[in-house]
Amino acid sequence: MLSRIAESLFWIGRYVERADGTARILDVHLERLNHLPTEERRSVARELLAVMGARPESEDFGLEELLHALAYDKHSATSIAGSLGAARENARRARETVSSGLWESLNTTYYGLNQHRKDVVGTYRFCHWVLERTAMVSGLADTTVSHDDSWLFLALGRSLERADMTARMLSTRDVLSAGMSWVNMLRCAGAYESFLRTRRAAFGDQHAAEFLLLDRLFPRSIVYALRDADECLAKLDPSAQRVGFINDARRIVGQARTFLEFHRTDDLMSELPEHMERVQKAVSQASDAISRKYFNQADELAWVGEVS
Amino acid sequence: MSMSDLFQDYSEAAARTGAYDEMFAPGQLARKSYGQVAGALRELSLADVSARADSMARTFLDRGVTFDFAGEERPFPLDIVPRVIPVDEWDVLERGVAQRVRALEAFLNDVYDKMTVVSDGVIPRQLVTTSAHFHRAVHGFEPAGGVRVHISGIDVVRDAAGTFRVLEDNVRVPSGVSYVLENRRAMAKGLPEAFGQQLIRPVEEYPRRLLSALRKTAPSGVDDPTVVVLTPGVFNSAYFEHTLLAGLMGVELVEGRDLICRGNRVYMRTTDGEQRVDVIYKRIDDDFLDPLQFRSDSMLGCPGLVNAARAGGVTIANAVGNGVADDKLVYSYVPDLIRYYLGEEPVIANVDTFRLEEKEAREHVLDRLDELVVKPVDGSGGKGLVIGPDASKDELEALRKRVIADPRGWIAQPVLQLSTVPTLSGDKFGPRHVDLRPFAINDGDDVWVLPGGLTRVALKEGSLIVNSSQGGGSKDTWVLADSPQVPVEKLPRQSITVRERVSVWPVESNWRDRQSEQQQ
Repeated sequence: MLSRIAESLFWIGRYVERADGTARILDVHLERLNHLPTEERRSVARELLAVMGARPESEDFGLEELLHALAYDKHSATSIAGSLGAARENARRARETVSSGLWESLNTTYYGLNQHRKDVVGTYRFCHWVLERTAMVSGLADTTVSHDDSWLFLALGRSLERADMTARMLSTRDVLSAGMSWVNMLRCAGAYESFLRTRRAAFGDQHAAEFLLLDRLFPRSIVYALRDADECLAKLDPSAQRVGFINDARRIVGQARTFLEFHRTDDLMSELPEHMERVQKAVSQASDAISRKYFNQADELAWVGEVS
Repeated sequence: MSMSDLFQDYSEAAARTGAYDEMFAPGQLARKSYGQVAGALRELSLADVSARADSMARTFLDRGVTFDFAGEERPFPLDIVPRVIPVDEWDVLERGVAQRVRALEAFLNDVYDKMTVVSDGVIPRQLVTTSAHFHRAVHGFEPAGGVRVHISGIDVVRDAAGTFRVLEDNVRVPSGVSYVLENRRAMAKGLPEAFGQQLIRPVEEYPRRLLSALRKTAPSGVDDPTVVVLTPGVFNSAYFEHTLLAGLMGVELVEGRDLICRGNRVYMRTTDGEQRVDVIYKRIDDDFLDPLQFRSDSMLGCPGLVNAARAGGVTIANAVGNGVADDKLVYSYVPDLIRYYLGEEPVIANVDTFRLEEKEAREHVLDRLDELVVKPVDGSGGKGLVIGPDASKDELEALRKRVIADPRGWIAQPVLQLSTVPTLSGDKFGPRHVDLRPFAINDGDDVWVLPGGLTRVALKEGSLIVNSSQGGGSKDTWVLADSPQVPVEKLPRQSITVRERVSVWPVESNWRDRQSEQQQ
């Protein structure tokens, strides 16, 4: 398939998942933020924005600005509206490849972005709506697109972004450690009920973090998402069957996953920030490597052209 | 539109009820505990309030927060104005509820054992043995785990003078806690302004407390007890609550047909074969629990459960036979029971109650049926209750005959003007009567009272009947903590500095991929 198309699909997967993750994080933290005194609210809003990988544009950064930056700012890829807009733009460029169901649901979502009140209560409903829309996009991608290479790129983007988003969720726990309960952390990932069913009576920070980081069966856990990404990469490049890997992305994703999966610790909570940082770094490096290998061939083409 | 519009005519209407208003002192001054709520409501227009209320109702329907009304799933109406309890009042309620639970626990242990309470002349033997829920089948053994009243709901009301009084005890299958949990979630998103920066005691730990108490009271010798919730099934009016609690505890929700008793042990049928069950949180009436002991036509329970409990092979929570303690005639003796078992004075008083078996009281009551509330002793959910001033002549005549025929079956109380809270009705707030059901969990060592509880509200103007089956709704119930500041916020943010420590990951250079190295 065309590199350009593959790149679009990869980014549709990433952006849709980013919107989903951001909506989850915002929804849970908004409740918390709303109860804080104004001064504290400002500093927490800043920290939250930093966890999501952005910097405040002005000195005066409060709740309203946070909502704008994470939910409604169409010009920033950090925000939900920006991500969904970018996903739709990518789908438009690959429109002949994606199914009409997938395209339409992204397009409908894009046009629905403006139909929400931008206050706190409106944002709760907005987040809820976003989760429904992203689930729909994801479902249509899974059921109306052949699971060939094009779908694999989409699924690859989705699983990498999912690992990244779960890492950010767990990082917000650290930033807001004073107020963020493990219950909220699990709700954030939609994992609360699943967690409770697996744990009998073992509740608490450590167990919750372990679940979101290491559970092999919960689809939003980091280990699960990385394994998904690894499987996509393996299917995309079946060459290394016997010995070693020449694919950088596979090595990066595989090393991160196996390190986490086989790492033994007595003090997960104090190691958590490092785990989160490394997972995010691995995702970004893997994404770069994937770009180089599959998408970014303009340089190489120029070089080939010279020879022939 | 401002608060004055939404609250137009409120003080007149409140004065007409003659009741204590929870939000406003006379002269429509918001009480201190309601300061934040009043401020938030002042900022909202009617359109805002209606939009919020609609969205909260829709959320409930979406989430399936319903009760079964005449075979139909209905969302449980949640009013937008919370009921706020200041901390000093809550302290009293909390102590009073815990005290009551401890006394009832002691009473039940005694009643199913030596009955010293009878031989010491505190309560007549006949009163105990004629209670419809006194079950000889469970006489003479201490339940595994040693607790009988694991979960209770003690209904309290505030009279016209503003004094809290206990209206009834529920130590069989008290329901409604699911609405407490759901109401808080809905309010946090529906009216976030009202929360402000005040610290409202959280309710979300209830399922964990419950699970921990249930596990703690498992039969001895079980290391990792398996807990289940036993439901009569999807047609039960409280089915939503059963699913919610089982889900939040992460345990199985079973029906009678999923269970099997063998050798005085209980098992559930699973895809991995039969699995031992150690603790059953029973959400069905005793009568239907075990066809070997009670109603033999019951398909809801499981034969052999009572024998298994007697043999100590399973814990049933609440214990079978608890109904004798929430018999409304026994209720009239609870202050005496508290003195007898605990040697304490009751923290919360009862509502004055006439025992109709006593000749003088009966005659007095029969003369004033139109002024009193008459209740069947074993009723729940407001069933069979007659409010004298609202009843027709024929109804009162029928009631008179029934009381004379079965004086043991009825009690009478004065009509209480339950306290009121502003409640949205059409285009403004009106005073509506409320009660309160605090929930308590007893793990054998300690009685924990869920901060707040379920406030039920009679949505019809002037109505005193708060039951959901009869047009009642509910309110989120807030217990304010002492300090307006969130104490946890004041902890230094030490986490970040503490965590600068030795790295556990491989050094980064191993990670750098081939290409970027070449570029350097």
